[in-house]
Parts: sequence; structure tokens; C-alpha cells
Amino acid sequence: MALQRTSLFESHVASGAKMVDFGGWEMPLHYGSQIDEHHAVRKAAGMFDVSHMCAVDVSGAVPKSFFRRLIANDITKLKTPGKALYSAMLNTSGGVIDDLIVYWRGGDNYRVVVNASTAVKDLAHMNRVAETYDMDLTPRRDLAMIAVQGPNAREKVFEVRPEWRAAGEPLPVFHSTEIDDVFLARTGYTGEDGFEISLPAAAAPRLWESLKTAGVAECGLGARDTLRLEAGMNLYGNDMDEMVSPLDAGLGWTVAMENDRDFIGRAVIENYEQRAAFVGLKLLDRGVMRSHMIVTTAHGEGATTSGTFSPTLGCSIALARVPLAVAVGDKVQIDIRGKLVDALVVKLPFVRNGRVLV
Amino acid sequence: MKFPADLKYAESHEWLRAEADGTYTVGISDAAQDMLGDLVFCGDFKVGESLAKGDTAGVVESVKAASDVYMPVDGEITAFNGELDANPEKINSDPYAAWIFKVKPAAGAGTDGLMDAAAYEAVVKAA
Repeated sequence: MALQRTSLFESHVASGAKMVDFGGWEMPLHYGSQIDEHHAVRKAAGMFDVSHMCAVDVSGAVPKSFFRRLIANDITKLKTPGKALYSAMLNTSGGVIDDLIVYWRGGDNYRVVVNASTAVKDLAHMNRVAETYDMDLTPRRDLAMIAVQGPNAREKVFEVRPEWRAAGEPLPVFHSTEIDDVFLARTGYTGEDGFEISLPAAAAPRLWESLKTAGVAECGLGARDTLRLEAGMNLYGNDMDEMVSPLDAGLGWTVAMENDRDFIGRAVIENYEQRAAFVGLKLLDRGVMRSHMIVTTAHGEGATTSGTFSPTLGCSIALARVPLAVAVGDKVQIDIRGKLVDALVVKLPFVRNGRVLV
Repeated sequence: MKFPADLKYAESHEWLRAEADGTYTVGISDAAQDMLGDLVFCGDFKVGESLAKGDTAGVVESVKAASDVYMPVDGEITAFNGELDANPEKINSDPYAAWIFKVKPAAGAGTDGLMDAAAYEAVVKAA
């Protein structure tokens, strides 16, 4: 199957991006230096083409009932229009089908944003549940999505689109607003402030160009991965999947058990005993941790689920599933290609809003 | 992308320069650093050890991946470029100045089977 392309493909190629296959999409990995792009987001502003992610509009008479069944977090936490909710969507075995964000657009209208590589199975699953509640799901492949992230990100967006300032400036974190056909959300995947902007695909190259002219750095998927890892954010397929309980992936806080809401996977989650602690690791010596490396602890073995070199910390960091008894501050050992290297167990995240926290 | 004509190249993307004293200086090619992306580690080279051509001499790691660096000839690793300890990104900025290790070739070990710049460039362009 040919790779899919976003409406920004030509912009990426013109900027000299190294393009790679990401979940069936031909996406920019970097535009020269992944590390420079990373620092641009932490210190100023960078932008990512995230049009490969899939926005799905949800409409119908009983959206609350639909979401109460579909997702592990509780939709009734959305008390003001525009508010966003992060959640896992579980299968009947209590494994994670995907993680997603639901935005309440007011009234009976919601928008869900799911991962690119899982979009097809997500939609199939969502449609099966939607049938029961007679809900309509509309995948919005007509939209492009640009994430502008960094301490200066919002100001840069207002600089190139002054007409968005009135609605965008007062927007609290994890809220969204709509300006004509533009969906502006103060969300992201970097641990920095900023917006995720959905707009008609044909309008995306102009916005991208304006932001670029305003000095916003073009950033690829490489920097997106190091940024999200420093921010302690999970990546679907690495840190959790259908075989992993959200309780073993650091997502317990997103599973709302308070009331008797019958969400898919609840029966298993209710009787599930957490097996592993999900922690951050900071390598104390040289080398780079990757996923699936064995972690030796005083309480038994664990494994890394994601690992990389952290440009902000200047050392390697990882996310890992380790025995429950392992505590923050413990020293553990990582098997890096046959060599045991010391690492420190730390509390997530590693970095937030430009500040190192470990 | 640069392919200096005075160097020999291995299929595994190392470059090799024959020095006047009969030793070889080894690094990784411009094409290799471009494929790897930003380098963040270069090390594990066992200075003083004799290895066969094709053996793992050490490792370079980028943000993206780890990649073994192979011996381009039979011989002993006599030196490692310690400058790369703290600054592996020098390999990105100037892969042919940022040599990684030096080899004293074993008796009779030659550069047969290594490519000249034109042949190596053709291999890279075909990939």
C-alpha cells in the first residue's frame, strides 16, 4: 500500500526533511538536526505536522452514555464546553486499544483524536459501540493538524493569526475553542505550553509557512519522541498496548472507578492486581537506553518500554515497568547490549515547562 | 554528501585512511552519519585488542539507534579519539575529520575488498 501523505508533505520536502514511514504515513523525522528541534521547543517555539492523527467527530442523542461505555476515564468530568479529557480505550480483557483525547464541543458534540497507526482498528471498535447508542462517528480526514509547542508558541500563533487572540488568549490549559473552521486546543505532547490547531487541510500550508516565517522551528517525529519521553508521556505501542493493563502503564490515574459506570474492560480492571510500577529511569553512565532492555533491580527484573537520549538532561532516559517494590531513588542496572550500566529510578516527568525535575 | 577520493570504504560504511607509518585511521562515512542522525554516543572501543576484519570494534549511537562500527581490516586497535567521548556530534559536523580509532594492521592484512570512493558512492546511491 502506498504511504499516505498530509497536506503539508510538499512543505516538508521543500524544507529538506528526512521523510519516514510512520504508521503508514510518510512523515518528517527531522529537518536536519533532531536535537536542535528539541531545544527549539523547550526554549522557544517549534511546530509539528500531526495531521496523520485522526480526529473523529461524535454526534447523536446520547453522547454521554456512549463515552461512559467506550472509555476508561469519566466523560462527566467535562463540565465546561471546550474542556478536554485524556483517556484509554480498553478491550474486554482490560488491555489498551488506544489512548485518546476527547474534546467537548458543547451540546451533544464531541471530538475524539486517536493515534495514526491505530486509527483503523479504533474506528472499527468505536463504530461497534456507537451502534448500540445510535451515535454517528465522522472521521475528519479533511482536516490537518499542526501542533505549535514551546514557551513562545501561543504568542507566535497570535502574531501570525491576530484574529485568534481574543478567543485563544483566555483559553485555559487542556481546553479548546473554535474560530470559524479552526479548532484551537491548548493541548500537546511535549510538556510545554502551546496549541494543537485543526483546520481544513488546504489551509494548513499557509499557516505552516506563516509560522515558519515568524521563526517557529519545523520539528519532526524524532524531536516529538524525545520531548514526550522527557515529559513522561506514554507512546502507544511502546509503553502500552492491548496486552498491557493501564494500571501497569502508569495510566491508573486515567481510569475512573469512582462510580458503578460500566465501561468496557471494567470487570477485568476491578479484579486486577497491579503487577508493575511504571517509572522513569535516568542513566548514570554513558550509553543510550532503548525499549525492551532488561532492568535488574533488588526486587527482580523489569524492562524498559521506551528509551532515548534526553537532549535537555544530556543523558539517556527511559520509561520502564519494574517490580512494584522498586522505589524512586533506587539504583538499578540496565543491560545495554550485554553491558550492565547503572541507572536511577526517578519520578515522572523528567522535564516540564522547560524545567528539569529529576 | 561527501566521498573523499583519498579514502577507502567498507560496505558497512566505515572509511579508512592509510597513514605513512603503515597504520590505518578509521571513521564512519558522511552517508553513515546522515542515516544515523544526531550522534549522542561513541565508545566501547577496546584499545589494545586484536580483532579480525568484520568484528565489532565499538559502537556509535544516535538519538534514533545504536550501530556497531566494524573492523575494516585485521589488526589491533591502537587508539580511540577521546575527543568523541564528550562530543560525538563532531562526527555529524565533519565525519572525515572526526576519526574514531586507529588500527595497526596484522601482518599481511591489506585493504583488499574495500571500495574506492566511486564504488562506495555508487553503493550509497543505489540503496
